[in-house]
Amino acid sequence: MRPILMKGHERPLTFLKYNRDGDLLFSCAKDHTPTVWFADNGERLGTYRGHNGAVWSCDVSRDSMRLITGSADQTVKLWNVQTGAQLYTFNFGSPARSVDFSVGDKLAVITTDPFMELTSAIHVKRIARDPTEQTEESELVIKGPQGRINRAVWGPLNRTIVSAGEDAVIRIWDSETGKLLREADKESGHKKTITSLTKSADGSHFLTGSLDKSAKLWDTRSLTLIKTYVTERPVNAVAMSPLLDHVVLGGGQDASAVTTTDHRAGKFEAKFFDKILQEEIGGVKGHFGPINALAFNPDGKSFSSGGEDGYVRLHHFDPDYFNIKI
Amino acid sequence: MAIDKNEPSKLRWGELEEDDDLDFLLPPKEVIGPDENGIKKVIEYRFNDEGNKVKITTTTRVRKLAKARLSKRALERRNWDKFGDAVREDVGSRLTMVSTEEILLERPRAPEAKASGDGLAQLSKGGAVLMVCRTCGKKGDHWTSKCPYKDLAAPVESFVDKPAAAETSAAAPGAGKGAYVPPSMRANAERTTGSDMRRRNDENSVRVTNLSEDTREADLHELFRSFGAVTRVYVAMDQKTGTSRGFGFVNFVNREDAQRAINKLNGYGYDNLILRVEWATPRTN
Repeated sequence: MRPILMKGHERPLTFLKYNRDGDLLFSCAKDHTPTVWFADNGERLGTYRGHNGAVWSCDVSRDSMRLITGSADQTVKLWNVQTGAQLYTFNFGSPARSVDFSVGDKLAVITTDPFMELTSAIHVKRIARDPTEQTEESELVIKGPQGRINRAVWGPLNRTIVSAGEDAVIRIWDSETGKLLREADKESGHKKTITSLTKSADGSHFLTGSLDKSAKLWDTRSLTLIKTYVTERPVNAVAMSPLLDHVVLGGGQDASAVTTTDHRAGKFEAKFFDKILQEEIGGVKGHFGPINALAFNPDGKSFSSGGEDGYVRLHHFDPDYFNIKI
Repeated sequence: MAIDKNEPSKLRWGELEEDDDLDFLLPPKEVIGPDENGIKKVIEYRFNDEGNKVKITTTTRVRKLAKARLSKRALERRNWDKFGDAVREDVGSRLTMVSTEEILLERPRAPEAKASGDGLAQLSKGGAVLMVCRTCGKKGDHWTSKCPYKDLAAPVESFVDKPAAAETSAAAPGAGKGAYVPPSMRANAERTTGSDMRRRNDENSVRVTNLSEDTREADLHELFRSFGAVTRVYVAMDQKTGTSRGFGFVNFVNREDAQRAINKLNGYGYDNLILRVEWATPRTN
């Protein structure tokens, strides 16, 4: 396949997100400006100007009208996707890391980093239909985990919130009361910081990637470990194909690999694994730096990866991808 | 001349159906639609200048970059105005480019290992000799394709460690030869004279680093032969791309020749790279 290279960001990429229809791709990077691209040919549609710090993550509403972004400048902003106008700004006491709309887009879960005296926290905010009615207040604030919470997402039917972070423990919280419902088993869980988390298309299971060079697949309701995928590099980003039983991991590099005489172009690869057999299917090379973000198009026919090199690479699969057999 | 009608005739479409009155008719155009590789064949028939029937087969590869089956909303979004930094987008901004390289989903080379997995496992239990990784040399617990260092040039210190390793474990490869261990140096070798001869030759081994991608054994041979008789040349090759991994070895018959080669060629510019030429195993002269 011939990937499309998009160099809209001058700094490393942090997050990629497709909208529900799969025609827009939102990219967040450390350069303060989230960008939206057309997902078929990679043409840039626009940028959202307003943040003063690295943008760590974003989410888009189901109708592709609203974008929410979380940034290191201690704000979370709501944007009009079409015009790029800022609709609302939530202020926090510390950098905001992960944002996620609930099913129905009425609520959003936001995590903030530990900063000075503040510990990390998970905030739930109500999102009004009409931005003029938007208020600052939180529906719920959950504190508890030590260290940064790298990702928090809504569970099935918005009943639960799943969080994962630096303490390598995945937690499931009740979204109404904030009570801790479940914690991942320490023995079988990750051993180092969990960097990324992605849900399956139906929400029944989710995948976490960690710096301990592995990714694990968990059941959302019971938080039991289903599968483990092992690589040679710390995992920075994970994605699941909505179409086939494939899992993609993107990662960083060992410190020992900093200098190398290999002059082949871009050898950081996104590794594909069979979801069920846990075996490596192959790798897609091309990035010049560690891969920090991965996202699958909801139709499963293309995926994009964002790297430390500031490039977003958009890959449309060849027909023989769909015929791969182990 | 008589056409032998008893021969099983190979059907040539031009000789079939020589109906004189229907000679001006041509078989219809056939289109064999795009198959799974996107190959489309169009077979047309025409009369050429001499009035003969001519069959023209056009083979094309139909390739779509992306399926443009957008929903109604998505089509509307396609027509949105640009905003933010994209407002002043000039056509030549080249923010979005199609990669010049074809990138494939590279399958790991496991299939053969899977088929004979058990056999290999048994062999490896028997003798660690067969399981030496070509890349990092010392580890005996993984194959070259599974080496954690497979994407780099082999760690340099592995060359230094090799002589030490060679003494400790006879299974380790001989100095500077990669995975190939000559029979005389394997675990159960007895003959000392034979190994002396070869070891001396291996002690005249010169390592050349910073080779260009295109360098092959023949190039090194040509370069080094002027210093003396060369018994063996080896250039480390990357199996996947077929290019040199940047280093290689040259074995001289005489030590003095090797020394002269080192003196002359270290720092020599070859194919726009500066060569580094030294003893394959560092000597404390």
